[in-house]
Amino acid sequence: MNLLNCKDCLKEISSYLDGEMEPDLKRHLEEHLSLCHHCQVVFDSARKTIELYCDGRLFPLPLEVRDRLHRALRRRWEEKAS
Amino acid sequence: MTESSPVGPRKDDSVLVTEAKAGNYAAFEELVSRYEKKIYRLGLNLTGNPEDAEDVLQEAFLKAFAHLPEFREDARFYTWLVRIAINEGLMKLRKRRSDKSVPIEDAVGEEGEIIPREFTDWKPNPEQLYAQGEMETILQNAAQGLSPGFRAVFLLRDVEGLSTEETAQLLNLTEGAVKARLFRARLQLREGLSKVFKRG
Repeated sequence: MNLLNCKDCLKEISSYLDGEMEPDLKRHLEEHLSLCHHCQVVFDSARKTIELYCDGRLFPLPLEVRDRLHRALRRRWEEKAS
Repeated sequence: MTESSPVGPRKDDSVLVTEAKAGNYAAFEELVSRYEKKIYRLGLNLTGNPEDAEDVLQEAFLKAFAHLPEFREDARFYTWLVRIAINEGLMKLRKRRSDKSVPIEDAVGEEGEIIPREFTDWKPNPEQLYAQGEMETILQNAAQGLSPGFRAVFLLRDVEGLSTEETAQLLNLTEGAVKARLFRARLQLREGLSKVFKRG
């Protein structure tokens, strides 16, 4: 018997995303997700949210910013050496 | 452990740190090249502003350089660098006279519960529907809707891949507080992005 309601399910969604969950609870949660479209949407979109922020193609380092960084570091290194 | 690359075996960070401490600038520069993109992105997502992100990037590496002799080689170089960068970023936010971020408590009920309001499926592959700059703006706007403390937890745990324990130590929080903030940050961001990415 599945004892999880939507409120319980939402509380556990973060632990589920982290894969930190007791097997029994995980089974109940997955059962609930398979039956409850709202909770499934919340889980899927939360997972997608994390994926989007981790997309390495976004927020590239501009070349001129990189150049300024390396020049500043090189200057600091040379000051220390002299 | 080393990985091979077209220019030879990739050295461990710890080896590069030892060489940099011994005065090898190329070794230090290699460490910078390895992590500059990630530190810039962290600064950008934390401050929401390219100028501040550049300051965070420069200050983080200049401080790492200045304090390299004190760095304990049994620690992870990247975690140490992230610690410096996140502190720089948070300091910058504290200095801002008017922080326009909306506190996350806005989405939290009286009992401290998160109440999701958006239950519509997202369009598939939203990353393919928007130009890169547009997507960056959408993500930044959503992130700036979090209070800085919650934003920092989300970025450290979910984007930088630090453990709950490392994040707790770095931000002077309990592990329970990190988990609670992460939970709320994830759902709050999801809520904000759902308004943009939902079908229909």
